[in-house]
Amino acid sequence: MHSASDLLFKTLGDPTRRAIFEHLATGGERNVRALTEFAGVSQPAVSKHLAALKLAGLVRDRPEGRETHYSVEPKGLAPLIDWMEHYGAFWRDRFDRLETLLNRMDQ
Amino acid sequence: MTTADTATRTLVVERMMQHPPEKIWRALTQGPLLEEWLMKNDFQPVVGHRFNLRSDPMPQWDGVIDCEVLAIEPNKRLAYTWAALGLESVVTFTLTPEKGGTLLRMEQSGFRQGSENDRYYQGANYGWQKFLGNLEQVLAKLS
Repeated sequence: MHSASDLLFKTLGDPTRRAIFEHLATGGERNVRALTEFAGVSQPAVSKHLAALKLAGLVRDRPEGRETHYSVEPKGLAPLIDWMEHYGAFWRDRFDRLETLLNRMDQ
Repeated sequence: MTTADTATRTLVVERMMQHPPEKIWRALTQGPLLEEWLMKNDFQPVVGHRFNLRSDPMPQWDGVIDCEVLAIEPNKRLAYTWAALGLESVVTFTLTPEKGGTLLRMEQSGFRQGSENDRYYQGANYGWQKFLGNLEQVLAKLS
């Protein structure tokens, strides 16, 4: 298990948050008002989702006057792309431990 | 050997072990031995038995994996579900006798959204599977 991918999965585990993220990924930069209209939940709720996505490194914000515009941070998805490799590393590590145990069981 | 097939999302780890299948089977199915190389557990080699694998908690994760035994073929094959962080997969161990030992194969496949029993499940109408399936397209648009 890898803490970066754990945070990412936890963050994207919320369906509304995931929908907002995918909307940004496919539709490009949006402000909070546009995202609130899309998500169909309250503006404070959207702001909270955006804060969580930002904390996980999945979105970046760009203030412009009184507005804040949000867009996807592509690098934030790296843990997801590497996720299979992390699981692979996890199992290889456990196989090492299994082999050590099997050698010990001989004695 | 490790391969990760992104199309079917199947992870395979294989290793030639210089030990007979019977001995490896014990390490896969006896709780105290399983704990020594995998995780703390309440595993029992009974089809339908639900158990947990427990690792150290992390800030974003309690370290608990929910499992259910799906298949038991002594000294040959063991399969159980593996649910953590809202994703459910199936882990299958296959033991094949070879000259001088055993080929041990671990296949983890079918990563999909967890069931309602999963504490991370949030009634999503928006599946993980679809999300993971769309990921490559999303990334292509971004680059």
